[in-house]
Amino acid sequence: MPAISRDDVAHLARLARLELTDDELGHYAEQLDVILGAVQRVSEVAADDVEPMSHPVAISNVFRPDRLIPGLTPEQALSGAPAVEDERFRVPRILDEE
Amino acid sequence: MTFTSTTAVDLAAGIAAGDFSAREVTTAFLDRIAETDGELNAFLAVDTPGALATADAVDAARAAGEPLGPLAGVPVAVKDVITTEGLATTCGSRILEGWVPPYDATVTANLRRAGAVIIGKTNMDEFAMGSSTENSAFGPARNPWDTNLIPGGSSGGSAVAVAARQAPLSIGTDTGGSIRQPAAMTGVVGVKPTYGGVSRYGLVALASSLDQAGPFATTVADAAALHAVMAGHDPKDSTSIDAPVPPVVAAAANGDVTGMRIGVVKQLTGEGFQREVREHFQKSLDLLAAAGAEIVEVSCPHFEYALAAYYLILPSECSSNLAKFDAIRYGLRVGDDGERSVEQVMAMTREAGFGPEVKRRIMLGTYALSSGYYDAYYGQAQKVRTLIARDFAQAFEVADVLATPTAPTTAFPIGEKVDDPLSMYLQDIATIPANLAGVPGMSLPVGLDDKGLPVGLQFMAPAMADDRLYTTGAALEAAVGWEARP
Repeated sequence: MPAISRDDVAHLARLARLELTDDELGHYAEQLDVILGAVQRVSEVAADDVEPMSHPVAISNVFRPDRLIPGLTPEQALSGAPAVEDERFRVPRILDEE
Repeated sequence: MTFTSTTAVDLAAGIAAGDFSAREVTTAFLDRIAETDGELNAFLAVDTPGALATADAVDAARAAGEPLGPLAGVPVAVKDVITTEGLATTCGSRILEGWVPPYDATVTANLRRAGAVIIGKTNMDEFAMGSSTENSAFGPARNPWDTNLIPGGSSGGSAVAVAARQAPLSIGTDTGGSIRQPAAMTGVVGVKPTYGGVSRYGLVALASSLDQAGPFATTVADAAALHAVMAGHDPKDSTSIDAPVPPVVAAAANGDVTGMRIGVVKQLTGEGFQREVREHFQKSLDLLAAAGAEIVEVSCPHFEYALAAYYLILPSECSSNLAKFDAIRYGLRVGDDGERSVEQVMAMTREAGFGPEVKRRIMLGTYALSSGYYDAYYGQAQKVRTLIARDFAQAFEVADVLATPTAPTTAFPIGEKVDDPLSMYLQDIATIPANLAGVPGMSLPVGLDDKGLPVGLQFMAPAMADDRLYTTGAALEAAVGWEARP
């Protein structure tokens, strides 16, 4: 496994929508490298023929009857929004001007 | 009568019998919080008007001869990761500062139905990431045994609230030890129920396949009373188990371990654990044997990989779960000047709103899930998880309950490990396996170290056999005769 560079951290931060400072990039590069070095121990376990476990409860496709249940009112749903307009979430610019 | 040193079970009985009122009890705990929380910082919000209104409603219901719920009039502090309608829920994060949820979590609704008085919301590591409560955006909670020390985490505020008698009961959440480790650090009882035993609806998710809410209390019987009220099937949580709640209250009242087989996990008995932790563990096993239990040794060879698997699975799930904090529907929004794009605003908001540990884990998870590394990291960790679950299954063929020390050390100084993530992560070495396999675990206090700080012991039981924790817990509690107070 390759070591984690500053550029790698910058790439991860872009993917995760985190605008890190220069100081943070260097600091996290060091720390992520140490942590990934430690968690790589999982590769020591011979597990080729083992099923992966995503969840402790062996249930899937839980259904309920298809009937109307009251949900949040628009006022409730919008009550924590940073910006509201016309009973809707107002969002920052999503399209480029050009 | 000193309400703040009375058990929750006795408070509920006294209120039901009319020996004292819910208002008197609630007022006593509110006063206690006012006296102590300037120093302890266990609460992020204290709901004085809401608590008194609930208490008055309980008193009025009793006066009218109406039936009371099992915890009617008993104050409960709730970790600030569980939504409470009309009462701010921050998850210990700037990104949710001031957010007032428009709905109750199922756990909250269950408390209200039982007549419990929700007294306030407790401090925690941001989004439940941490083992010390130092990662709270609102300052660390302090250990009442020594306020220079951490109280454990991430449910540190809930542990402190009960240890310092600011509330007779509290609720925490446990993803890798976040109830059991702070219980051990503060000398109280803490239980992580079987995964799926308590609804996760309204619990702000850290790692959805690991998170579970559970009780803190000063006695095993009190923990059982709260557990019974919290738990149960919930159609709003598709991972909720559709089965009766295990008979935890009866088990706590029984406490007979005659003939029970208690398995000592060979891999979690000594190496790396503080001397006094090992000594009290051994002493507790002797007490259990004297009470009629059979002590057997079990081997769980894959437990040594649990920490590594956990720190791949947890960051992967949390990086996905925390994507919802996008500055659109709730919480903080930074940099929206009409010019910047939505993506720039998201990145600026998340940078400003998340603390260092949250960013660290989001990036770890983003890395572990990225193409090219997915199989080697996340995929392999999930296979190790299967092997850990198999270790448990084999161990439970020869043992009814497993026992380990809860945490490798007693409480440590605030600041000691805060910038050394790996050393902080090691705090959860004995508690993580239960989360990975979904089995229940309990920590209870069994002694004091040389500095007079509490030491915890952990029991683990098969899924949906939570009652066994309470049987062995009650037996050990009686044998230890724990009376130490901070």
